[in-house]
Amino acid sequence: MTDTSSAQRKLPSTADVVVIGAGIVGNSVAYHLAEEGWRNIVLLDKGPLPDPGGSTGHASNFIFPVDHAKEITMLTLDSMRQYEKFGTLTTCGGIEVARKPERVEELKRRMASAKAWGIDAELITPQRVAELVPFVDPSILLAGFYTPSCAVVDPLQTGALMREHAQKRGALTVSANTEVLDIEVVDGRVRGVRTDRGDIATETVVIACGVWSPRIARMAGARIPLTPAVHQMIDVGPIPELAATGTEIAYPIIRDMDALMYERQSGADLEIGSYAHRPILHEPDEIPSIEEAALSPTQLPFTEEDFDPQMEDALELFGSILNSEGAGVRHAINGLLSLTPDGSPLLGETPEVKGLWSAAAVWIKEGPGVGRMLAQWMTHGHSEIDLHGADISRFYPHQRTPAHVRARTSEGFNKTYGIVHPREQWTSERQQRLSPFYSREKALGAEFFEVAGWERPQWYESNRDLVDKYGVEDRPHEWDARWWSPIINAEHLAMRERAAMIDLSAFAQFDVSGPGAVDYLQRLCVANVDRPVGRIIYTPLLDANGGFRSDLTLVRLGPDKYRVITGGADGARDRKWFLDHLPDSGVSFSDVTSAVCTLGLWGPRARDILSAVTEDDVSNEGFPYGTAKEIVIGSTPVLALRVSYVGDLGWELHAPFEQGTKLWDAIADAGEPHGLIPAGIGVYGTTGRLEKGYRLMGAELESEYDPVEAGLALPKVKSADFIGKQAYLAARETEPAALLCTLTVDDHTSSAGIARYPQGGEPILTEDGERIVDSKGRSSYVTSAGAGPSLGKYLLMAYLPPEHAVEGRKLKVEYMAEQYPVTVARVGRKPLFDPDDTRMKA
Amino acid sequence: MSLDVLVCVKRVPAPGAKVPLTEDGRDIDTRHLGFTIGPHEECAVEEAVRLKERHGGSATVLAVGPPEVAEQVRYAIAMGADRGVVVDTGQDELDPQATAAAIVHALGELDARFDLIMFGNESADAGHYQVGVRVATELGWPIVGGIKGIEVTDGGVRLRREIADGSEVYQLSLPAAVAVKEGLNLPRYPSLPGRLKAKKAKLDTISWQPPPGGLRKIRLRQPEEKRADSVLLGHGPEAAPAVVDVLEELGVC
Repeated sequence: MTDTSSAQRKLPSTADVVVIGAGIVGNSVAYHLAEEGWRNIVLLDKGPLPDPGGSTGHASNFIFPVDHAKEITMLTLDSMRQYEKFGTLTTCGGIEVARKPERVEELKRRMASAKAWGIDAELITPQRVAELVPFVDPSILLAGFYTPSCAVVDPLQTGALMREHAQKRGALTVSANTEVLDIEVVDGRVRGVRTDRGDIATETVVIACGVWSPRIARMAGARIPLTPAVHQMIDVGPIPELAATGTEIAYPIIRDMDALMYERQSGADLEIGSYAHRPILHEPDEIPSIEEAALSPTQLPFTEEDFDPQMEDALELFGSILNSEGAGVRHAINGLLSLTPDGSPLLGETPEVKGLWSAAAVWIKEGPGVGRMLAQWMTHGHSEIDLHGADISRFYPHQRTPAHVRARTSEGFNKTYGIVHPREQWTSERQQRLSPFYSREKALGAEFFEVAGWERPQWYESNRDLVDKYGVEDRPHEWDARWWSPIINAEHLAMRERAAMIDLSAFAQFDVSGPGAVDYLQRLCVANVDRPVGRIIYTPLLDANGGFRSDLTLVRLGPDKYRVITGGADGARDRKWFLDHLPDSGVSFSDVTSAVCTLGLWGPRARDILSAVTEDDVSNEGFPYGTAKEIVIGSTPVLALRVSYVGDLGWELHAPFEQGTKLWDAIADAGEPHGLIPAGIGVYGTTGRLEKGYRLMGAELESEYDPVEAGLALPKVKSADFIGKQAYLAARETEPAALLCTLTVDDHTSSAGIARYPQGGEPILTEDGERIVDSKGRSSYVTSAGAGPSLGKYLLMAYLPPEHAVEGRKLKVEYMAEQYPVTVARVGRKPLFDPDDTRMKA
Repeated sequence: MSLDVLVCVKRVPAPGAKVPLTEDGRDIDTRHLGFTIGPHEECAVEEAVRLKERHGGSATVLAVGPPEVAEQVRYAIAMGADRGVVVDTGQDELDPQATAAAIVHALGELDARFDLIMFGNESADAGHYQVGVRVATELGWPIVGGIKGIEVTDGGVRLRREIADGSEVYQLSLPAAVAVKEGLNLPRYPSLPGRLKAKKAKLDTISWQPPPGGLRKIRLRQPEEKRADSVLLGHGPEAAPAVVDVLEELGVC
């Protein structure tokens, strides 16, 4: 054992934080906590140092920075800067190659992401690929996506340097060969860690144990929903042409995307990895110990038959060197890595146990960045990079079960290098959460999309005849039309003309009550919540830095009672935020999501329909906009909210879950003479929303932007203090670095002469095709895209710096390697459709 | 002179430092283990392939055991063997006598004749040192064990083995058998084309039912665990007193 620290026998009896796992993630977390000023940090690992036997020790260690997801790309870029700083990064370039035409399209899409996130990349010909990597057979390729900044890194060395730095600060005690036996939890809070070398009292524990994380979390009664899964890798060599370079890596890394494989030089060898084989999942409890493992616990015996087909693909592309005389398979492993149900990392405090943090399911390319962000989060409560997509509390209980994890990771594994449509739906583990309207919706031919386990109609086949009636055009390109239907636009137009009913049962809903309820909510919300009983209050929720944590609706049900209604996609995270800030007494919080179903009823005929089924006063005078009232529909008590996310007259109708079918039938029957249709989330979430300029959490709203930039600053600032108030006040006083705008696409015609429709995530460019970046370094990209059928325009939302945030300004959007002209149609929140909201206030 | 060589290999688990046992202690728990052939046998396969490359002839590889032994036969083909034989004796572990009988039976079934049969000196798991000798005796062929050098001569092979203060050289006429040891050569890694060839190779399968009786394993026992640990005594001159303490404790000074 060369690492001196590994032999430290005596553990401190107390620590400010114990980090479990000394792979790249644990080392990085410990290092950045020290940088943030933490002291008395203890870093433990069951294995020896510098390579304790986890995935860090066998990973292929290369980095392709471009990902369609901004969050992941930003973590990767941050990590690359850190590796560079530690001198452990070697830039070699990388090329994703296409064998099939649909992959060429995907590479074009990657070009847009590269430009959106500011990464230099180019599309190159097969001949150019062969110039860069002379051993590749260009005749089987169609194109390449070349990223010159691709690199290989040394995560073990980086980890060692990180430990060294933290130790020099006197902040860190490292103990290798130390097994964690238990994590002590009292009243839902971490109190200590028991190890085979003694106990440590601590209130903060970070689990950075890679594939073992679920097992360690279970000791504390928490779940980290990941599964160890096999990624097969082989080393072939010695190859004279590679040996002749005399260096670790002299040629760009190739990702053979259609074969779901990669090939990289590693000294005299060519390393070949695959994501093409069947999903091979393991149980964290059954991973062999260091002593039992032939190589290391995460390098399991190679199962040859799984790799055979990939070998042929590799020979096809790299035959010229793989056939070298004397070159053999020198090393072949079933390497273990961590997979999660949605493919994103698992970061943040666990929802089950206070003080227990997860830093798991992180790739080498994200490790240092994750450590830095997590340390910020643990120290300040927020991080520079918005991590909502990686937040471990994003999962609902059913999504944390082993069955769900197994099913989704099995389905997701082969998507690692797959072409994944932004709207692509999962096929496994469906029908987990069904609204009471489900059977009715199914009978109407609903096309169900999933959010948070809920099945929600995206559109209804029963409305197909409306497509002709309203003359809705189809999308000519299959990619644009995938997971989409012109029926959505037809439903939208029918709603605007008559009325539509929309299933909104996926909302997460909480009841907050008690003598402390007002103060509690004042502290969380930007808006003043101390409004008259019956008021509906829309409010952003900010983090201490003034960025968006959430946005949601409150209803004041009584002097000391509120209903909180938030999006299904955000509900689990919001729930944790609310619980984290709950005072010890005076406020009770209950999650009523499963007790309430919600049906939206909107359109010019909504009042006619509702008044037909209730004796309560639903006139504009008796039930004004922005208020809520208990009404009765038939014999169903309903909490009716006069609000709208789609911009038309109407209500959200909240009813006891078990009476949902009765509610649906009552509204449907009453609506028939008025031409009421069922409409899907395609209308609610996209077309109706975009026409009204409503912002969506996770798309427009995230912690990297503040309410002033989002156009959601309220006219007045309440006197009560709230989280993020200082930052919010400061933001109001300064010129915003960017403003959220709605843009219209002026011409959809591609060079092939067909109409194309950007789907979101594309870069917004100047008329000259230059990237737009604001003074905070944030680039302008499409946060949401969709049709505005009543406007006859296709709409994009994007943050633009003030010099471009000018109505009428001509800009461009890049989609599939082509640029289309767009115009800034609106700066700020004023809707393009019905700007004065006369329809919903009718 | 060209030789037709048969190499007999055994499928054995590939454990780490600690060998996991089943609950009843009668077997190695192989649920999470890969399988391989022992290092002696790898050298035997390598030697057979080299003899073929140098002198012509053929290299055949044979394994006895459950149908899964095909994996090891194919590995040997990937290294360069021409032909593979699986002697399927079912899932029960065989003792050396039965293994030898199975091989002899297979030799009768095969349409090929061999000039030289090669064995590993002893199996990597059981280490009985018997199968080669038993097969040779049954066939009435000469056999020498512990071999680390093979040379083809006119009318036979010259075998060399190392002994305490030198080496012994044997001249055998063919047909003959030989049990080789690691160090005989440096076995190659299978090439990618070799792997593909092996994957597609058609193996000869011979079924053979071992007679009842024979040796039975009662129990396996794990040696007492020793936790190897490094202890940091200090850096530079300041560490000297601690080093002295340890040396005294060990009784060296």
